[in-house]
Formats: sequence, structure tokens, C-alpha cells
Amino acid sequence: MYDKLFPPKPIVLPSGKNVYQKRTRLPLIVLILIVAIYYSVQLTEFNLHKLVNRIGEFFVLFDEMIPPNWSSWHELTGALLDTLQMSLLGSLLGSLLAVPFAVAASSNVVRSRVIVALFKTILSLLRTLPTLVTALIATFVFGLGPMAGVVAITLFTVSYVGKLLYEQIENADMGPFEAMESLGMTRVQAFRNAVFPQVLPGYLSTSLFCFEGNVRHAAILGYVGAGGIGLLIKEDIGWRDYPSVGMIILALVVTVYLIETVSEHFRKKLI
Amino acid sequence: MMTVERQLQASPRRIWYRLAITLIAIILIGWSVGAVSFKDVNQSGFQIALNIWKGIVHPDLDLLFNVSKQSILYLLVQTFAIAFLGTIVGGILSVPLAFLAASNVVPRPVAWLTRLLLIVIRTIPELVYGLMLIKVTSPGPFAGVLTIGITSIGMLAKLYVDAIEELDVKVLESMTSIGCTTFEKIRYGIMPQLLSVFLSVTIYRFDMNMREASILGLVGAGGIGAPLIFAMNSYKWSQAGSILIGLVILILLIELLSNKMRAKLVKG
Repeated sequence: MYDKLFPPKPIVLPSGKNVYQKRTRLPLIVLILIVAIYYSVQLTEFNLHKLVNRIGEFFVLFDEMIPPNWSSWHELTGALLDTLQMSLLGSLLGSLLAVPFAVAASSNVVRSRVIVALFKTILSLLRTLPTLVTALIATFVFGLGPMAGVVAITLFTVSYVGKLLYEQIENADMGPFEAMESLGMTRVQAFRNAVFPQVLPGYLSTSLFCFEGNVRHAAILGYVGAGGIGLLIKEDIGWRDYPSVGMIILALVVTVYLIETVSEHFRKKLI
Repeated sequence: MMTVERQLQASPRRIWYRLAITLIAIILIGWSVGAVSFKDVNQSGFQIALNIWKGIVHPDLDLLFNVSKQSILYLLVQTFAIAFLGTIVGGILSVPLAFLAASNVVPRPVAWLTRLLLIVIRTIPELVYGLMLIKVTSPGPFAGVLTIGITSIGMLAKLYVDAIEELDVKVLESMTSIGCTTFEKIRYGIMPQLLSVFLSVTIYRFDMNMREASILGLVGAGGIGAPLIFAMNSYKWSQAGSILIGLVILILLIELLSNKMRAKLVKG
């Protein structure tokens, strides 16, 4: 279509041969981007003037958070441990549950195309739901508290680890699998001995990575009543107790940094 | 056969190390099981789960298809706009930060400090930014754009840094040797290496931002989140169902589109 509107530029080579260089599509892409940005600015009431004038307010809030309220440490530890507990259990259950889902969704292991398509759809549907929404639904079903958070994190982990795992299984070398099948092993045995060792390091590494992310996700789940430190954040911001918010953020940053360092160490060893 | 056995014997035996790791893992897992409690689960929870399911199966079609400022379609487009502009804001802010955090561009202490800053930016929960930015811009989608922009920085800058640190400097050396100016080196030596990776990462982040933007309504930062939460908190499951259906379809479409675009970018 584009090539018909703007015909390719002919270039004559020294040998006398005619070659065509396609016109660049950059103007079209830039045009689309500008139109999209224009309408987005209209829809979201984006206002650079206001931003420049009032951005100071943002740093005023940060200023109030420093120095953090050290004495709120005692109330904080319980909630922080709750958050860690939730994300650890959720990641564990989620990555265990992800295995059957991923196996059922990999087209090179399961022969039936219907089952593969079904499980792939389930995984991508699960992935579209924002964690906070699942957590809210879970609080209706399981009551307020960490249990709802665990359910939300588990569902997210299943979708995330499940997707990456079935991609790994589909990319695995199927040579050993076929060789073992030809030796008379069942498909389950062949999978266990040929595909499983190939994807295991990747699977463990993804699960650890997902756990890192889940600690950060779990921090806000309390906002809808699903337990953990989010509830404290909500209360402290509501009371405009910014030094305590600063303390919570500091504690979160330290915890997340520690967890990321440890998990990165093990992920490097795995791969 | 003997050589194989000898090799097996020669493998390092770190039984204490492994035992310690296993023990720690088991203790941690055992501790985390404490989060499970079914004491709040009762008949009404089951009833609610059933109602949610009914709401999703019988969505409020009226709400889904009418065209006004309160309709789902309008709010979905607004959510899209928030994610789109937010990604652009985040992308623009990330580029200088990424160069400041790349250890092959700036001295080590600077890179380390910028990295620390990025970790702090990444760890502060999205909703906290939302609540703080509302004080700057007053509630509305504008606050949402800024929130998405700031939360995108953490991941975007980190992945940009990886691309910058993998730059092939041999190209630049050979360009210097044939007498290219600095501008030419940037335009023909660095840009082609970085641009496709940057774009691909940004498109991926846009895909994620769609999901993030859909919950910002919870703190009053615009988008589809607010009506969704209101509908759920007032037990109007058919409304919540129709909003969820709209949201899921939009997010799936964008994921499909972004995957296609990224595949094209990678193949060139």
C-alpha cells in the first residue's frame, strides 16, 4: 500500500543494473505518533504549564518524609513480615501450579491442539487481570487479610511463570526426547528425563525473579485489604503522617534490595 | 568405564553448603505457610464467588456499548491514553538516567549512585506515587500519566543500561580511524545499535503499563479503575463483569499488537 503511494527510488548500479530502494516509513510513523500524542493529551488533560508550576509540591512531600519516623519501626516489622510471608507463599504455590499448566500448554509435548490452545488462553486471560483486581475479588471470597493476598499473588505467578516455562519447553531440544521414546520409554518418562533437566535451571531462575517482583507487588495489595504493609501506607498517607510513610519506603527499599541481591546471586549460579 | 567413575568421584562435594541452603529454604517455606487461614472463609464467600461468576457471564451490555463520557468505551480509551503518554514520558526520562548508570559511559561511582536511585524509584509502590502526584495535579487522568511515567523509569532505565553496556565499540573505533565527526559517530555508530532495543523495550513496557493504568483509578488518578472498584464494592457484579470483559479484550489486543511490532523490530 505504502509502496504504491510512494514508489521506491530507482538506483542505477555501476554495472548498469537497476535496483529499487524502498522509501523510508519514518514520516508515516511520526505522523501516527503525533496524532496519537495529540489525542492522548486531550483525553488526559496533560498540561505542561501546570506541571512545571506545581512539580515543587511533589518534592515538598519527599522533603516531609525526611527524616523518617524511626520510632514507627515496631508497628512496621509485623506488616513487613506479613508482606514477605504472603509473597513467599504465593510465589511458591504459583510456581508449583505453573508446571502442569505450562506442560499442558506446550505444543511439542501435548499432542492435542485443543488442549494446548485452551491452556494458552487460560494463561493469557489470567495475565491480563491486574493483581490488585484479583486481590480485591479474593478479599470478597477469602475475607480481609493475608490469605487474599496469597491467592492474588499465586494467580499472577501461575500466569507469569507458566508463560515463560511453556516457551522454554517449546524451545527445548527435542532430540533426546525422541531418542528416549524410540527406546520404548513412555512420553511421561521421556519428558522427565529429556526435557525436564533442560528447563529446570530456567524455571527456577524465573521463579526466583518472579518472587523478587512479587515482594514489590505485595507491598500495595494491603491497599484493598489483602494484608501486609499496604494498609499501613494507606493509613499513614490518609493521616498525612509523611515521616512514617518515609520509614515504610526506607524499610521496603532495604528489604527489596537485600532480596534482589540474594536472588540475583542464585540466578547467576543457575544459568 | 573407570574414567567416568573417576570423574564422578572428582566432582566437588559441597554437601554442607547444599544442606544449609535446603534447610534455610525449608524453614522459610514452613514459616510462610503461616499466612494460610481459612477462618474467614464461609458460606457468603462462596455465594459471592458465584455472584461474580454470574456477573461475568451476564455482563451489563448497555454499559458496555453506549457512547458517553461515563461509558466503558470512553474510559478504556482514556486508560489507553494514560498508558501511552505515560510510557512516552517515562521513556524520555529514562534515556539520560540510563546513560548516567552505564559503567562504560560515566565513572563508576556515578554509575553506582544512579543505580541506587533507580532501585529506590522502582521500589516505591505505584499507588504511593499516585497519591503524591494527585497533590500536584489535582485528581484526574493527568496524575495517572505522571504516575505511569515515573513507575516506568525503573524498568526502562535498567533495560536501556543493559543495551548501552553491550554497545559494540569496535564500530566507533573504526569510524574514528576513517575520520568521522562525533555527530556522525552517534548517528551511524551508536543510534542503529541502540534504537531498535530501546523501542522494543519501550513497547513491552507500554504493554505492561496498560495493566498498571487500569488500577490507578483506585487513588483517583483516572482511567477505568475507579468505576471497576466502585462496581465491585457496591456488589454490582454485572457492571463489574462488563468492565472486566472490556479491559481484558483491550489488554489482549494490545499484547497481540505489541508482540507483532516487537517481532518486526527484532527481525529488522
